[in-house]
Amino acid sequence: MALDLKFTPEQRQLRAEARAWLERHVPSRPLHTLEGAQGFGEHREWERTLARGNWGMITWPKEYGGRGANLIDWLIFEEEYYRARAPLRVNQNGLFLLGPVLMEFGTAEQKARFLPKMAAGEEIWAQAWSEPQAGSDLAAVRSTAVREGESYVLRGHKIWSSRAAFADWCFGIFRTDPSGARHRGLTFILVPLKHPGVRVRGIRQIHGEPGFAEIFFEEARVPLTNRLGAEGEGWHIAMTTAGFERGLLLRSPARFQAAAQRLIELWQRERAGADPALAARVLEAWMDAEAYALNTYRTASRLLAGGSIGVEASLNKIFWSELDLKLHQTAMTLLGARAELLATAPDAGDAPQWLEGFMFSLAGPIYAGTNEIQRTLVAERLLGLPRAGVGHGLYLH
Amino acid sequence: MDFTFTDEQRMMSSAFRALSEELCAPEQLRAVFEFRDEAAAERWLRLADLGLFGVLLPDASGGMGLEDADFVLLAEEAGRAALPEPLIEQAGVAAPALYELASDARAARLLEGVARGKVRIAVAHPLNPYANTPHGVTHWLLSGDAAIHLLEAWQVKPTAQPSIDAGRRLFGIALDANAPEPLASGSAARTIAARIANRGALYTAAQCLGLAERMLALSCEYAKAREQFGSPIGSYQAIKHELASVAVKLEFARPVVYAAVTRAADTDAQALAAISHAKLAATDAAELAARTALQVHGAMGYSWEVDLHFYMKRAWALAGAWGDRSFHARRLESLVLGGAVALGPDATFHRSA
Repeated sequence: MALDLKFTPEQRQLRAEARAWLERHVPSRPLHTLEGAQGFGEHREWERTLARGNWGMITWPKEYGGRGANLIDWLIFEEEYYRARAPLRVNQNGLFLLGPVLMEFGTAEQKARFLPKMAAGEEIWAQAWSEPQAGSDLAAVRSTAVREGESYVLRGHKIWSSRAAFADWCFGIFRTDPSGARHRGLTFILVPLKHPGVRVRGIRQIHGEPGFAEIFFEEARVPLTNRLGAEGEGWHIAMTTAGFERGLLLRSPARFQAAAQRLIELWQRERAGADPALAARVLEAWMDAEAYALNTYRTASRLLAGGSIGVEASLNKIFWSELDLKLHQTAMTLLGARAELLATAPDAGDAPQWLEGFMFSLAGPIYAGTNEIQRTLVAERLLGLPRAGVGHGLYLH
Repeated sequence: MDFTFTDEQRMMSSAFRALSEELCAPEQLRAVFEFRDEAAAERWLRLADLGLFGVLLPDASGGMGLEDADFVLLAEEAGRAALPEPLIEQAGVAAPALYELASDARAARLLEGVARGKVRIAVAHPLNPYANTPHGVTHWLLSGDAAIHLLEAWQVKPTAQPSIDAGRRLFGIALDANAPEPLASGSAARTIAARIANRGALYTAAQCLGLAERMLALSCEYAKAREQFGSPIGSYQAIKHELASVAVKLEFARPVVYAAVTRAADTDAQALAAISHAKLAATDAAELAARTALQVHGAMGYSWEVDLHFYMKRAWALAGAWGDRSFHARRLESLVLGGAVALGPDATFHRSA
């Protein structure tokens, strides 16, 4: 039956189970920000707690620490997760970006080596895509991996690497064939961050914490078995990372629905003195969050029915990043004079959470491929408009 | 939980698309807009031949016995084609309302005629003061909030209200003091009137999806063909990004409309919120598509000779039909910000169903 928008008894059961577990286990006080050392440790511990409840990554097969759940189950879990105001997932680069491609391209040994520790929160992953000269134009990467015996020797410099300041591992693409132009000659390699020849330097973000880092590879030696897929296949694997599930997994709709709910509560508290025109903006936040949720269920249904997701991931990314930004801008406007207050200010109340969310939302249109790049991708790959001179590569962080 | 359409539903909508592409080819629409339309009677018959007027009526009444989830894709196609005939009002709004009113013989005896297109109905409602009226209208369904009247055409004196969209034949109508007994009044009428408003808004929204897609497609074609500074204008990012924004707006309006259609017969706060959201999201998408399409077409788009204006005018018209922005935004605001609708990550889908 088409357009059957009701949950099955099994799905309701999963929701009830998740809700009960989260109510017992979610920390009663918010953790420190995961962009700093203390908060990172707290979030790492939370990942382990999740894993003990078998909630680490429910869509993965059981042997890798999952529950073999499907995408609709995942959305239900995420709804409960955000409803419970559970902490951010510090291992999202591993769980949501690397995990699916490891599943697709990894050897049996690689899957057994990396996935269970990822699901268990024992190894936290950072992405290492961008370089100083390769941002939106990712195919311009210059870092190299030179084969010597059973090892690759890595040289180069990655930057804007989320989580790298405190993480254990990173994944990225390296040039293995210097004669291969742009997209060719790139290889996808997994690198431990606490390793000879790997130097990590945190970069303070606008909020003052080292939310991302630069990574210097100074003749770092890793075994050939750290290569994911074949030599020269790196571009294709990186594209896949950006591809099918990513549009669904990177940002759950529940996150924005929870934020829209908090915004409505803020509106209800502040409305007496508020500009009446703000009501329309609050309502827009709710509508957009609902639309994103509905579209995500639609996409999940299509994938379960055997469909695929391609350039739709770009539509998604534009939509959630812009809705998130508008939502937080509205909250800042509503908060008025309190908007600038830090948690140490006696009058701050819940304002600092909004401020933190606002600053985070400002990054949305930039990371994971700027929205300008995404719009170009939509125009060329969905609408069929002609490419301008240069060949386009992959654009994501 | 399954947010996909069935193969049967898609097949039916592609059959209608093929027909509407023939019936509403640009030269046909041009004839309508230039008041030299000679194909109206044939269009109505062809729609009837495909069984479209009876989609939402049961087999026993000569219909197809299908549901709102089946009809929504047809409404989308009607929008894409800028179909001049009020298929939506006849088949999507009036037919299910008359079926609900069929305990009254005056309604019951019309059902088969409605399904076959012999009976031609115009629907007026406080949210739809200017009824899109078929050629040769035989009956008027006049819905107030608490009384529903069915009148034969000779019993009313409609006032023509010409529209910028020549594909919509609008008439205003007032009930006079000698009107016969209503088909329904009181709470029964209230529920049916609410469903009339629901379906009017939902299928107007669905048409807007089709219109937005059509205008986006026309713009992309034009942007690929039109060259300036030695390249197709569609190769420039200024054009690409505007059109991509239309694609985003449309992509995220679509599931809102589809989800709301499953609530077409419901009148609880969550359903009314979903329906107002659908109307707002779809008309916003169509209006952005129209505005962007015109800009991409430049002066060409501003000229009568280019087809764009048929679709653009329909988008403008539908923005105000079956509840304008003010109505739906205010209703949604009072429901969502006023606390009548459950909020939060687990509240999207109707819990009690």
